Amino acid sequence: MNVACPECVADVKVAQQPELNEILECGECAGELEVISLDPLMVAVAPEAEEDWGE
Amino acid sequence: MIRVGIVGGAGYIGGELLRLLSGHTEVEIAAVTSSRLAGRRVDGGHPNLRGRTDLAYVSPEDLPECDVLFFTGSTVADREGRAALTARGKIVYDLSPDLRLADPAVYRRHYGEHPAPDLLGTAVVGLPELYRTRLRTADLVSVPGCMATASILALRPLSEAGLLEPAVTVDGRVGSSGSGASAGEMNLHAERSGVLRVFAPLNHRHQAEIAQATGLDVMMTATGVDAVRGVQVLCHATLSEDATEQDLRRLYRAAYQAEPHVRVIAQKRGNYRLPEPKILLGSNYCDVGFAIDPGSRRVLLCGALDNLVKGGAGNAVQCLNIRMGLDESLGLDFPGLHPI
Repeated sequence: MNVACPECVADVKVAQQPELNEILECGECAGELEVISLDPLMVAVAPEAEEDWGE
Repeated sequence: MIRVGIVGGAGYIGGELLRLLSGHTEVEIAAVTSSRLAGRRVDGGHPNLRGRTDLAYVSPEDLPECDVLFFTGSTVADREGRAALTARGKIVYDLSPDLRLADPAVYRRHYGEHPAPDLLGTAVVGLPELYRTRLRTADLVSVPGCMATASILALRPLSEAGLLEPAVTVDGRVGSSGSGASAGEMNLHAERSGVLRVFAPLNHRHQAEIAQATGLDVMMTATGVDAVRGVQVLCHATLSEDATEQDLRRLYRAAYQAEPHVRVIAQKRGNYRLPEPKILLGSNYCDVGFAIDPGSRRVLLCGALDNLVKGGAGNAVQCLNIRMGLDESLGLDFPGLHPI
């Protein structure tokens, strides 16, 4: 089973029986995705802190 | 076996050709020339090849008949000498700037008067991602410059789609091996170490190759950085129409999903979110990526590679594999090192 990455629209493989709040990783953009709904299956981007060496 | 000769094997590109070809299962290195080092072992100047070859350099006049020749340096100044060399090989891969530009006026602007302008435009550009079909039958191939290769591959998905305004600024960064193996004050460790040296503030010569391949109006800056190998190019451009990050990703994916030596790197997490030359050293990959400002049409298109491999010797070997009907990645499957 696949779901489209909301960030880059690449196909992301999902386990046979996903769990709510499970974290997936997109192979293309490396975004972390959280399963926010099981029926219908929906994922959302889990943001990460940005790097800033200029501070 | 394919008999190859390397004309000018003492420099860094020559050493890299030797490294790659000494592990190539379909190639026999028949001879390596050096006017300066004739009679000396090639693993003297290329110590990483100890135990891989017993070859010694020969004078260019002693180059034997070969199936394929690689020219690492300029040969056009001596017309008769070049003709004598090319007569000893059926197929020539020229890694020098000699044949990279088709227009004599453009060549003159960046390199001065060409000694043999009739040769310009006679070679197929050695960039498989753009000219694979022609490379299958080409007997004279000109391998592009390292920063040109990274820039062309970074720009191509959007330039081919007509999605870029013509004016593009390329900011190229390159390690010290990009300036060759010749001694000089500028290459003293005391002068090189720690620098971010803008050695070409405007009009770096590779911009002409980028413009020739993409049709864009390119201005290029080049900076020498404190690394031995590696190229990174940051191409600042403006979209000609509105587009989203997903639109750009679709174009990059379509351009490179079947390419064995180009990877699209535009990630949201991790230490290497955009193309980074450090993890490509020794490999024949060119990584390309992009970033878009959602509030404007400004984009950053990025490319990275090892200047001696995908930016030179590896690209030439990839062209050879295509020409000979071999697996395109034969001898080129090294993935790079991490950590390094």
